[in-house]
Amino acid sequence: MTLTTFKTAVCGLALLAAPLAASAEDLVVNGEIEMITEAEPAAHLDGALPTVRSGWTFRSSETQQLQMDDFENPAMIDVDNGMAAWNAAEGAEGKSCADCHGAMDESMEMVRATYPKWNEEAGEVRNIQMQIDDCRVNQMGAEPYGVDSRPMLAMEAAISSVGRGQVVDVAVDGPAAETWEMGKELYYTRFGQLELSCASCHELNYDNYIRADHLSQGQINGFPTYRLKNARLNGTHSRFRGCIRDTRAETFSVGSPEFVALELYVASRGNGLTVEGPAVRN
Amino acid sequence: MKRTIALAAGMAMGAGMALADMVAPADVTFGDYGDVEQSLTGVPGDPEAGREVMVSKSIGNCVSCHAAEDYADVPFHGEVGPALDGIGEYRTEAELRGILVNAKMTFPESVMPAFYKVEGFTRPGNAYTGKAAEGPLDPLLTAQQIEDVVAYLMTLTD
Ligand code: HEC
Ligand code: HEC
Repeated sequence: MTLTTFKTAVCGLALLAAPLAASAEDLVVNGEIEMITEAEPAAHLDGALPTVRSGWTFRSSETQQLQMDDFENPAMIDVDNGMAAWNAAEGAEGKSCADCHGAMDESMEMVRATYPKWNEEAGEVRNIQMQIDDCRVNQMGAEPYGVDSRPMLAMEAAISSVGRGQVVDVAVDGPAAETWEMGKELYYTRFGQLELSCASCHELNYDNYIRADHLSQGQINGFPTYRLKNARLNGTHSRFRGCIRDTRAETFSVGSPEFVALELYVASRGNGLTVEGPAVRN
Repeated sequence: MKRTIALAAGMAMGAGMALADMVAPADVTFGDYGDVEQSLTGVPGDPEAGREVMVSKSIGNCVSCHAAEDYADVPFHGEVGPALDGIGEYRTEAELRGILVNAKMTFPESVMPAFYKVEGFTRPGNAYTGKAAEGPLDPLLTAQQIEDVVAYLMTLTD
């Protein structure tokens, strides 16, 4: 090797290495959506966390890379399916989501950042999935998708994808306060024969390894998430169920009022981070 | 035939003796610092068996939270709890037994599970099925497994 080729090789390496090194702190998707992966904790966290961190910051650089480019993010197939379903008429009324809501990237941009959210008419806190199935049943006369079903997760991923980069800002006060308090109580309850709460792992021990798992803060701004482990999209409630099952406890059901409350509370712990769904996890 | 009967009788006697000395989870007596003086079985622990309990995911799974040089051959040591190197030097047998039976008696609020306790749980499940427990729970480890782990930990001296 001549000196010149050697130099070129070194330069090439350095160029390649630069974005990798930067990725430890900066998540920019498709070279344009700038994410906030570390934020000041919201006042309602009452000092429980010194800083709020996206699950992305805990993953290996290989897994991180997959989320930085939609051509590499395996969840984008589901996003495409969700977008197609948005525009397809279904059910007795012969209507599509688009017939009422117009273009997804306009009408749904702020949805993922603000849900779960109080629904005045229904008199309850609703997550996105409850709202989707309410539209399907009552506006379209179609069959509900069902909690965390494949088409449901595809639609949720699509709605999330158009909200990427928006700052999570879930309301914890007003009429949602009661549900939020219930979620908070669940978060700190030590479940099962192992007597572990969400906080035992995700507040007291984030950044520690539990066997081979690098514990994150258990934030949900990246949901639904594509997991390499099971090679599909995973819903928030299914993740909650898995974590509670791992404490040797009787879990709650996906879609249960308990999990809706927990979802509101956990989402609010991530206020200040940006919407990343569909994120990629190991 | 004769031999089988003799063997069966021997086994029954062994089990009987162990049962007589066995301390049930509800009957364990703790000292002021959460220590447990009395052996749970009266049978000396087997350190080899104790090591197996600690490193097996399906038994004690202590390795998911604790590292130690002595089982460095086992992959992925957790870091939720302190490393246990030298523990046999600065903890007594009674202290270790107490920490295993119910660590919260020694460390209030600890995230370490109680391995010899069967009551007082919120929504106890049927192992890792996510379903409700049916009938009374077994402790996470048997009395003898606790004694085995204590014996193993006592060998961890620097
Ligand atoms: C025994 C430890 C443990 C407990 C208790 C636990 N989790 Fe987890 N959780 C994990 C592990 C391990 C992972 C995978 C690594 C990671 O992302 O932290 C995980 C992942 C998650 C994730 C995915 C985060 C992401 O970025 O993809 C969420 C959300 C979550 N947990 C929420 C909860 C909630 C809510 C509770 C309580 C109901 C809970 N966990 C209880 C161990 C636990
Ligand atoms: C979910 C995590 C977890 C598991 C599982 C766990 N421990 Fe612990 N252990 C801890 C923590 C955390 C501490 C530190 C005490 C505290 O909570 O302040 C601890 C403390 C200890 C101590 C005292 C250490 C000292 O320096 O005094 C011993 C001994 C111990 N554990 C042994 C075990 C054994 C043996 C097992 C399995 C049968 C086990 N642990 C399982 C988390 C765990």
